[in-house]
Amino acid sequence: MTATTRSPVPATARPTAAPASDRRARKAARRRQLAACGVLMTPFFALLVTVFLIPVGTAVYLSFYSDDQPGLGFGPERSVFVGLRSYAAVLTDPTFLGGLGTVAVYCLIYIPLMVAGALVLALLLDSGAVRLRAWAQLGLFLPHAVPGIIAALIWLYLYTPGISPIIDLFAGADITVDFLGVHTVIPSIVNIALWSNLGYNMVVFYAALQAVPREVIEASVVDGAGPVRTALQVKTPLVRASIVMVAMFTLIWALQLFTEPVLLSQSSPMINSRFSPSMYIYDAAFTRNNYSLAAAASVVLLLCTIALSYGVTRWTGRADAQEVR
Amino acid sequence: MSATDSTLLRPRLLGRTTVNAVVLLSVLYTLLPVLWLVLASSKDRDALFSSDLLSLSDFSFGQNLSDLFAMDGGLYGRWYLNSLLYAVLGAGIGALVSVACGYAFDKYRFRHKEKLFGLVLAAVMVPQTVLALPLYLMASRTGLVNTFWAVFIPVLFNPFGVYLGRIFSQGYVPDEVLEAARMDGAGELTAYVRVALRMLGPGLVTVFLFQLTAIWNNFFLPMVMLSDQDLYPVSLGLYQWNSSASVSPEYYPVVITGSLLAVLPLILAFILLQRFWRGGLTAGAVK
Repeated sequence: MTATTRSPVPATARPTAAPASDRRARKAARRRQLAACGVLMTPFFALLVTVFLIPVGTAVYLSFYSDDQPGLGFGPERSVFVGLRSYAAVLTDPTFLGGLGTVAVYCLIYIPLMVAGALVLALLLDSGAVRLRAWAQLGLFLPHAVPGIIAALIWLYLYTPGISPIIDLFAGADITVDFLGVHTVIPSIVNIALWSNLGYNMVVFYAALQAVPREVIEASVVDGAGPVRTALQVKTPLVRASIVMVAMFTLIWALQLFTEPVLLSQSSPMINSRFSPSMYIYDAAFTRNNYSLAAAASVVLLLCTIALSYGVTRWTGRADAQEVR
Repeated sequence: MSATDSTLLRPRLLGRTTVNAVVLLSVLYTLLPVLWLVLASSKDRDALFSSDLLSLSDFSFGQNLSDLFAMDGGLYGRWYLNSLLYAVLGAGIGALVSVACGYAFDKYRFRHKEKLFGLVLAAVMVPQTVLALPLYLMASRTGLVNTFWAVFIPVLFNPFGVYLGRIFSQGYVPDEVLEAARMDGAGELTAYVRVALRMLGPGLVTVFLFQLTAIWNNFFLPMVMLSDQDLYPVSLGLYQWNSSASVSPEYYPVVITGSLLAVLPLILAFILLQRFWRGGLTAGAVK
């Protein structure tokens, strides 16, 4: 599937009844365009094949085979077809299922908070009631420029007794908080992710809201709708495409949960090395060197991602259809 | 008359205050941790644990800074250069590659085009953790594991950039302009480089910034691929130092100061290129 084997047709050329010389010239032009299209696309598709298609294929292949190394790893390595054995091993492994459960809880807390929070902030900024709007936006956006691992580092210190001014503040009021306890560790991770991405998604929503025609909003004000009703019943439905996009990307990123828990695991016994599916994959591949198990877990994670993304688009598609009716 | 006015005005005033209070609280939520990082980076180890952040009596930012670059034989400076190399070069090449492909998707017609574009969009969804093990195995088979290329080549791949490139091409490059260039006898690629690429400028900058952020943030791939500390990017290096800090606390001030420095390039890039990416985001969000 290389770019050059495809046959581009100029988007602008319209077939008309024309003399043969014209047709020949058009054919030559089309060939030139085909070549140019191939040149422009080849670098990207070369990357797509090497760092995407082949790895995905390899992951699927590895999940069905197992390297049996006879005699303590000496002698020739042979790949043995084991069918669904690795999948059975992954899906009956309580630590993997626990990781899936953790991510499910994490998504259920994180995604609604993120989408609602970013949308509310964007609507507030769009309402015209906010002073120093540009500065507020810049402040909210700032954490996006902080790399994920550093965001996790900052919050880890803010969660650490002895260093954290927050814990001191609570201690002053005679409240002891343990941000990395059994019940607080997932909300603590949600907080890090929320802090990092809230401002970015707010900017996406704000940009979409700015594109809503002013007449629509004026009409709703003339109809007697207050600012809250205008925001929720007029503006929000008009930026649904952005809401779906943000929800989708947030979901895809949330399912990959890795950086924050890995860093926090350095300081919290509540996070083990198989806390999330991604950590499970890393642990299986690079600590236990069980490639087929890691590959099977990867494919399961991939299938979950595809299924949930498809679910989001289907669900919003149905909402679309209802609106038309 | 005045009575009805004031009853009408009061909830609005109240609403305005509430709105501003909510926004102010949110801004404090996003800013205070960064402020903490700035303050903490000026404290020595003892002051850090004595939690008297606001006192300036023991200002030791300069000391922390020289400690940072002296620690472990100046590894931090090395990591910083590595990160810059991975991120700036990777995002530059990656953005050019993705935007060129997006432009071709927009301006040329060929069989199975939408199916192929669907494949590109599908690639956006695939988690990096799924690709890491096979990429590692491929790199170790080709002898690239634990080299610059093992991290650099995979980060060039940016399918979302192709999606954005197609949208920008639709929005910024009118077909008539290309047609005019063709009439003037310009070849297809000349027209792209001389005419279209210039119009795609803001889009290119947006894709570049997205990718710069992603590569600067990249943590999982280097962790899988690299064992040589000299090749680490800042993110992985700080992670490593932080894991040493629980045993040897002299690492705490260095990790904090190092984190502060690692935040600066992206903030700088976002501020300098603000004019471009704001426009770019709008295009991405509306379509």
